[in-house]
Amino acid sequence: MPVDSFRYLPRSFRAGYEGTGFQEETTVWSPLGVPIEEATVALLTSAGIYLADSQEPFDVEREKREPNWGDPTWRSIPRTVQQADVAAEHLHINTRDLLIDFNVALPIRAFEQLAADGAIGDLADEHYGFMGFQESGAKHWRAHEGPEIAQRLKDAGVHALVLAPA
Amino acid sequence: MPVLARLIEESGIATVVVTMMPALAEKFRPARVVGVEFPFGHAFGMPEDQAMQRTAAEAAVQLLSEATEPESRLDVDIEWPIDDRTAYRDWQPSEPSPIVAQNIRRRAEIEARRGSAD
Repeated sequence: MPVDSFRYLPRSFRAGYEGTGFQEETTVWSPLGVPIEEATVALLTSAGIYLADSQEPFDVEREKREPNWGDPTWRSIPRTVQQADVAAEHLHINTRDLLIDFNVALPIRAFEQLAADGAIGDLADEHYGFMGFQESGAKHWRAHEGPEIAQRLKDAGVHALVLAPA
Repeated sequence: MPVLARLIEESGIATVVVTMMPALAEKFRPARVVGVEFPFGHAFGMPEDQAMQRTAAEAAVQLLSEATEPESRLDVDIEWPIDDRTAYRDWQPSEPSPIVAQNIRRRAEIEARRGSAD
């Protein structure tokens, strides 16, 4: 059975998502380039995760003042992150489960297991925490954070990125 | 998020988007999409359910390994183990997000103006 994309969406939101005539004109494609057993994989979440003791929270106070704006910045999450290190700021989801187990959105534990089992080559040392709600068109991401993350991934020798919207 | 996936893919790095709204992600025509029928904020499953999280992660790895063309999609066949009503309530923030609150306020203002025009 195909996934029902609207199962958990408030009914009043559905028409807005379905009714948009938006569709990208072109596809994109990069081959993995190496066998998956040799690939280094990084993870990216938009659940608003950050490191409680060493990083600034996402700016939800500005979003409260400017409801059409969302903090476009990102946080570097190390492979070695522990649950006690993690905090989350996101005004569009309940963050309670993230504070119990951040792996629901940033599955470092599962990918560590996959690396240990040889199903992937390795897990990257750096992963990425974003806050998903963005201005229409995500212009800031297109101009700044997207190219910045792409360069960091290349510099780190990462072959694949797994992205999980919140 | 599919916006970021496209940017990274265009830079030469393979991407896969794991999402509870694959129909929306597909409008951006990303390279690879894993669909999960999970509540928002839970792309990889229930807290502390390592088997569920691993299954979703394996689907992403499978697509990275096997997909040979853009717009490849793989759906994870897992039923969320909590009833819809509870799951729907649990994923939502304790108060409406600012943009939702703004829309509610605007609708109420329009309704009030309609009422006074009658």
